[in-house]
Amino acid sequence: MDNSVSPQNSLVSVQNLSFSRGNKKIFDDISLEFERGKITAIMGPSGTGKTTLLKLIGGQLFPEQGAIVVDGNNVHRLRRSELYNLRKRMGMLFQSGALLTDMSVFDNVAFPLREHTHLPESMIRTLVLMKLQAVGLRGARNLMPNELSGGMARRIALARAIALDPMMIMYDEPFTGQDPISKGALVHLIKSLNTILGLTSIVVSHDVYETAAIADYIYVISEGKIVGQGTPKEIEQSESEWVQQFMTGAADGPAHFHYPAKDYVDDLLSTGKRY
Amino acid sequence: MTEFLQQLGKNTRTSFTKLGRGTFFLVQTISGIPSVLPRPRLLLNQMYSVGVLSFLIITISGLFVGMVLGLQGYYTLSDFGAEESLGVMVAASLVRELGPVVSALLFAGRAGSALTAEIGLMKATEQLSGMEMMAVDPIKRIISPRFLAGFLSMPLLAALFSAVGIIGGQLVGSGLLGVDEGAYWSQMQAKLDFHDDIINGVIKSIVFGFVASWIALFEGYDAIPTSEGVSRATTRTVVNSAFSILGLDFILTTLMFGDK
Amino acid sequence: MQHTSTQDTLVGLFVASGIVGLFFLALQVSNLSSFTEQDSYTVTARFENSGGLKVKSPVSVAGVKIGKVSAISFDPKTYESIVQLSIDSKYNTLPDDTTASVFTAGLLGEQYVNLEAGGSDEFLKNGGKIEITQSAIILEKALGQFLFKSAEEKK
Repeated sequence: MDNSVSPQNSLVSVQNLSFSRGNKKIFDDISLEFERGKITAIMGPSGTGKTTLLKLIGGQLFPEQGAIVVDGNNVHRLRRSELYNLRKRMGMLFQSGALLTDMSVFDNVAFPLREHTHLPESMIRTLVLMKLQAVGLRGARNLMPNELSGGMARRIALARAIALDPMMIMYDEPFTGQDPISKGALVHLIKSLNTILGLTSIVVSHDVYETAAIADYIYVISEGKIVGQGTPKEIEQSESEWVQQFMTGAADGPAHFHYPAKDYVDDLLSTGKRY
Repeated sequence: MTEFLQQLGKNTRTSFTKLGRGTFFLVQTISGIPSVLPRPRLLLNQMYSVGVLSFLIITISGLFVGMVLGLQGYYTLSDFGAEESLGVMVAASLVRELGPVVSALLFAGRAGSALTAEIGLMKATEQLSGMEMMAVDPIKRIISPRFLAGFLSMPLLAALFSAVGIIGGQLVGSGLLGVDEGAYWSQMQAKLDFHDDIINGVIKSIVFGFVASWIALFEGYDAIPTSEGVSRATTRTVVNSAFSILGLDFILTTLMFGDK
Repeated sequence: MQHTSTQDTLVGLFVASGIVGLFFLALQVSNLSSFTEQDSYTVTARFENSGGLKVKSPVSVAGVKIGKVSAISFDPKTYESIVQLSIDSKYNTLPDDTTASVFTAGLLGEQYVNLEAGGSDEFLKNGGKIEITQSAIILEKALGQFLFKSAEEKK
């Protein structure tokens, strides 16, 4: 496979990964590289296991085969305490935000600081307000999570994810279900955080337009395989039918509109058993 | 027939794997307790939602159970001219059986189901997963404090239930039906043994608190992370806790009071 | 902060009331206050028949409980029942010719050991023996005797 990203400069490297859930193969021997300081996007239709990939990188799931190396550490070979130390340097933004519902916005952002540092409360306050300012929600510090809109919840979760100044952030479907203004705000945030904080970002998404706008490099995954990769421009000009169908949103193509079934006419005419 | 056997085998296998997961979960929970102790705030918050919020239902139920016992006991005992023993009857039934058992059942219904729903929802909304990714062990941070709180609250709740019940029995017995108040208390004191009755009752309630908290937390943690999964888990908590409490009560009673 | 401090107070109240409940059960409901085993002395009494006496049956003098039965055993030589009485050491002035009898509280009540003080100047000590005993009245036996007697009288 032509690897245009040099492995030496990659922060996260997924090597020959295979993973299946039940009988369904989610990943079939795929390899990906995520370069330091860049925004790398993973795109693909729903149900291709993009979120699963993030959980594998975070060490919450175990692969069947292959290895995932984050900053020189094989994630699944680490001892528990080492994995936890590594996770302190990895931020993750969940699709739902995953804010702790029994705490205010302020306490949510303060949570990782209070759990992992012994900073005095005055220092924590300063840090939390700085992080909230970065996502533009310093004024919302006293709200409870159930008072936030979906877009605000995601921005708060982003403030929480950068509370410990991680080296990388993984975004799980950051644009799904957002109105255009929130989408715009998130696109802007992801891009600017990446530049200002020097983060490495992994964005999992199926929102073609927003992702193409911020990503430095894109992988397109379908049915457990990488079907296309390259810079946004290269992807747009890709000759692969898969990639074209995905990028243009055609209803039928290599990814079929119909779920696999036996022949339609035969199915209608067959009698006997109920199914 | 083969279908039945297949189903039986499948059910046996799933229940054993669940039991295994539950045991593993319990071990993790207990080993997380030492990390709760330096942070009493975590425990205190849970004592509030587990203990204080169950206080009212426990004391009111205790009062009524005691009053009913007083009434029914009086009718039966007066046939034998033994109304004086009303105190013994009320206190022994409460301290040995009804106090620990009924308060544990109420605890499972009030606090247990709430715990399952809370943990299940945290799982469904990725809060537990999110915590793991923030390098915070959700077992230590979320589960262990709740377990400890349930386990510590239960004997206190059971003691309150029995105490209020005995007073309720006395209110009905001597206030309403004219049993001599002195006889009510003195017969009780003469017949109930501190070690055999009170301590055994406390041991029972500790065991029930342990089991009910374990079931509630595990069902929440093991729930399928959808709204349907969480509601099913809540139902299972109440049903499984009730079965376990009643079954264990039989075993404990045989061990404790069997040789009399 | 206001919120957490009320919560703390409520938890404090809850724990305090639970502990009060436990103390109530220990002191008011059970026999913890009236009798503890630490300060007691033991005397033995031999009965021809100790009837339905059990370990922990009360021992009383003039209707006041002063101790309890701590052990009951059988002497295979004399075919007697040896009953150990554990008596509160407050009551250490029982004469050594005290009589012990097994009584029943009421017609169907439980059995207990009743002590009746004699006139001796010596007191019972730890390990002492009560020589004069009266066995339990076995209801069936008494009834049998009564029926037998009344049948003889009719002759």
